[in-house]
Amino acid sequence: MQVQASIESLYHRYAPRVRATLIRHLGDFDSAEDALHDAFAAAVNHWPEHGVPDDPLAWLIRVGHRRGIDQIRRRQTARRHAHLLITEEDDEPEPQPIADDPLRLLFTCCHPVLAMPDRLALTLREMAGLTTEQVANALLQKTASLAQRIVRAKRRIRDAGVPYETPDEAELPKRLPDVLGVIYLIFNEGYSRSDGDSVVDVHLADEAIDLAQSLARLLPHGEAFGLLALMLLHDARRAARQDAQGDLVPLEEQQRHLWDKAQIETGMHWLEQALALTPIAPYTLQASIAAVHAKAVDAESTDWRRIERLYEALYRCQPSPVIALNRAVAVAMSDTPDAGLALLDALSSHKQVVTYHLYHAALADLHRRAGHLTDARHAYHNALALCTQGPERRFLARRLAELDQTR
Amino acid sequence: MKYVALVYYQEQLINAMSEPEWHALNQECIAGVERLTEQGYFIAGQALQSVDHATNVRVRNGEVLVSDGPFAETKEQLAGFYLLDARDLNEALRLASRIPPARFGTIEVRPVRELPPKDQTGDAS
Repeated sequence: MQVQASIESLYHRYAPRVRATLIRHLGDFDSAEDALHDAFAAAVNHWPEHGVPDDPLAWLIRVGHRRGIDQIRRRQTARRHAHLLITEEDDEPEPQPIADDPLRLLFTCCHPVLAMPDRLALTLREMAGLTTEQVANALLQKTASLAQRIVRAKRRIRDAGVPYETPDEAELPKRLPDVLGVIYLIFNEGYSRSDGDSVVDVHLADEAIDLAQSLARLLPHGEAFGLLALMLLHDARRAARQDAQGDLVPLEEQQRHLWDKAQIETGMHWLEQALALTPIAPYTLQASIAAVHAKAVDAESTDWRRIERLYEALYRCQPSPVIALNRAVAVAMSDTPDAGLALLDALSSHKQVVTYHLYHAALADLHRRAGHLTDARHAYHNALALCTQGPERRFLARRLAELDQTR
Repeated sequence: MKYVALVYYQEQLINAMSEPEWHALNQECIAGVERLTEQGYFIAGQALQSVDHATNVRVRNGEVLVSDGPFAETKEQLAGFYLLDARDLNEALRLASRIPPARFGTIEVRPVRELPPKDQTGDAS
């Protein structure tokens, strides 16, 4: 009975690592999953009588590997493809768990041959260990459609011959942003969905932070630390972002005592690690910006000049109009609203920008601060027409109503 | 989570099988159930007699009506079911893909629906 309970807890502890290693040895997700369960079934039969082995992880991988090979052989015989039979077991090296295996799994789930929604779904199910139902719920999709997406994504990985490996030093700079991008997207899905409009039993922001924590442990890279710091610092404001009615509270109006001090400290710690390695890189720079806000005791004492400089550096790394938009807001805050408006005006030729609701929201806010009430009203209407999220819409509508009262 | 895997195939394909082929298929199904049981997934399941042996019951206006069927127009016939305990839908699909008739028929996987709790019928006074 006691052994039974300990197998249960060993399952939770070892299953992810056994699975990740078996994928490497058996070559595909489903064979590995099957073999994993065979290995634990064998443990249930074997261990109560013979005792738990000294190295349960190695035992499970060895048995899982053997069972997996047996199954593959049986299937191949069934298909009468005897010429494809894999070589005799004697020739094979003893399967070994490698600490890197979970990292290989993560790089595979985030591989560029997969469409972004596939990467998200696969990472959440295979790496974060969520069920199909939980992932579907969190991403507001139908379970049956999401299950199909996962099946097809795995087939795509197999058909495209995606190697199950961590990129080498030379390739890492190109591949790491893919992984970081998926984790950050998961975080932002969670961030924008924490609106109380939908009951979700999984907090995607927490999942993303957990993923980044494992990544930072497995791959000590500055940008991995930077992303973790960024998410911790943003997420620390979770309790202050909404009022009792579930309405959005903008940064400058947030009750800063509601910020999670301990989490900010953890975020600052990771930011320090990141700054030591990659001070001028996208996630580390964004984390540095979040840190400026975190350090300000109130909105008025925010060092906007520093934020403006950080956005300039970020724009040089990633010259995107969205970053230019944020920089314009920082200029408006450190200089004058009109200075910011001039920069926003220069962006109006970008199609990507004029269809982005936050551009119009920023325009509206700066016009409001500058006292251009007609322009502000006009921009709020444009922002509302483009914005689909409940809490943001309510916030924009509230601002618009406040303007109408001051008329 | 519990899932039911409903096994459908064209009975004429089975009827066209040789005796050794039919025997091998049955043995494969037995081994499959054994493995599902060992791995802790199998709750219940059963293969069914062919639709020739099916009888339908309906009650209309208090009258019990009995008939044969379903009829051969339907392309694939229900041949058996598995009740599985799986972690999630993708795991249930993976297990269902191991059911031998998946190779020539269709396995329909459905999550079970728990009925709402029974109404309280105690004394209202």
